[in-house]
Amino acid sequence: MNEDAGPIFRQVADQIENAIVDGSLAEETQAPSSNELAAFHRINPATAAKGLNQLVAEGVLYKRRGVGMFVATGARDQLLKRRRSDFADQYVRPLMTEAQKLGISVRELSAMIDEWEGRR
Amino acid sequence: MTAVATVQDVTMRFRDNTALDHISAAIEQDAITGLLGRNGAGKTTLMQLLTGHRVPTSGRIEVFGARPHENDAVLSRMCFVKEGQRYPDHFRVRDALDSAAMLFPAWDAGLAQSLLSDFDLPPKRPIKKLSRGMNSAVGIVIGLASRAPVTLFDEPYLGLDAVARQLFYDRLLADYAENPRTVVLSTHLIEEIASLLEHVLLIDRGRVLLDADAESLRGSALTVTGPRDKVAAFAGRNELLHSESLGGHSRAVIRLRNGAHGDDARAAGLSWETTNLQQLVVAMSLQTAQGRPSTSTDDLEEVTR
Repeated sequence: MNEDAGPIFRQVADQIENAIVDGSLAEETQAPSSNELAAFHRINPATAAKGLNQLVAEGVLYKRRGVGMFVATGARDQLLKRRRSDFADQYVRPLMTEAQKLGISVRELSAMIDEWEGRR
Repeated sequence: MTAVATVQDVTMRFRDNTALDHISAAIEQDAITGLLGRNGAGKTTLMQLLTGHRVPTSGRIEVFGARPHENDAVLSRMCFVKEGQRYPDHFRVRDALDSAAMLFPAWDAGLAQSLLSDFDLPPKRPIKKLSRGMNSAVGIVIGLASRAPVTLFDEPYLGLDAVARQLFYDRLLADYAENPRTVVLSTHLIEEIASLLEHVLLIDRGRVLLDADAESLRGSALTVTGPRDKVAAFAGRNELLHSESLGGHSRAVIRLRNGAHGDDARAAGLSWETTNLQQLVVAMSLQTAQGRPSTSTDDLEEVTR
């Protein structure tokens, strides 16, 4: 975990979310336990548990009593939806800020995106 | 939080030196607490008081709801791994473990055995022939295998190389996860242990500077950089801990106030990054040492006012 990147429980939650979004942690499969996360990331188990509980509160994970945490059905769609709505703020805003500083117009930006797309 | 130990208005004086000056704090049960502070801050004294090795000049110390001094009911549930622990001259490693086994009711011989091999400690080696690092390792083995409900480690890593320290952190975390208990760890190597901590108690010159949940501290301070007047304006709305300026450019460590966060720094035209625990501790300790925000080169304070 990155000590300089804000609360560790949020980083733990983000990482599990990433695994769900990219499909490596499928719906209805078991998520890592707080002790496994603690050992792997070398963090306090209470912090790892806090990250997991955050995901339970968001409805991404659910608890099976005595077994552990599982990925909820529909979790991936839910996360994709949230990330799409965050996209403008996280990526477009800094892009526009820097473009403005450099005097790049919206039209030029749009042309750059088209050109980039054409190169792929 | 449930407190396993409380310190109420405790002062400890040695002749003309006041090691602890009216401090109050609580140690959270079954959490790992980092006891941080500079040399001479009072960390060891506080641990000695908690473990009944000393009696405070004034104030009250309670562990498990009772005073620890000469109280077997309390002390039998505590293990204190002292910095540079000494053992009787004729003791071999095995003898130290055997006497620890008799002392601690929850002693786990299997764990002690596996830790011995983890740290490459030869059981038959006389302790006085051990290197400093190996001596520290003996203390770590005893501290972990004691499984004491309250275990205190006072800078347990002296002489240990980076590999052995990592081994200590890993074993501590693994055993703590399986057997939660109260751990108090004093250290200077803040960066190494920051992510292990649930709670942070920072003392400086015998006073408590910080008594907080470790996660709440992450993100509670920012290091901002930008034009000097903008940094000063942002600092004025928050708490300035440390600043440096070069030409018209400043960098400052700032504790956020009133729910401010990084977006506010960005909106104020500054770039920012989260201040990690070590940087925060250093900035706060320097601030107290100087009685005002620490600065170098130019004095940002003048601009702030």
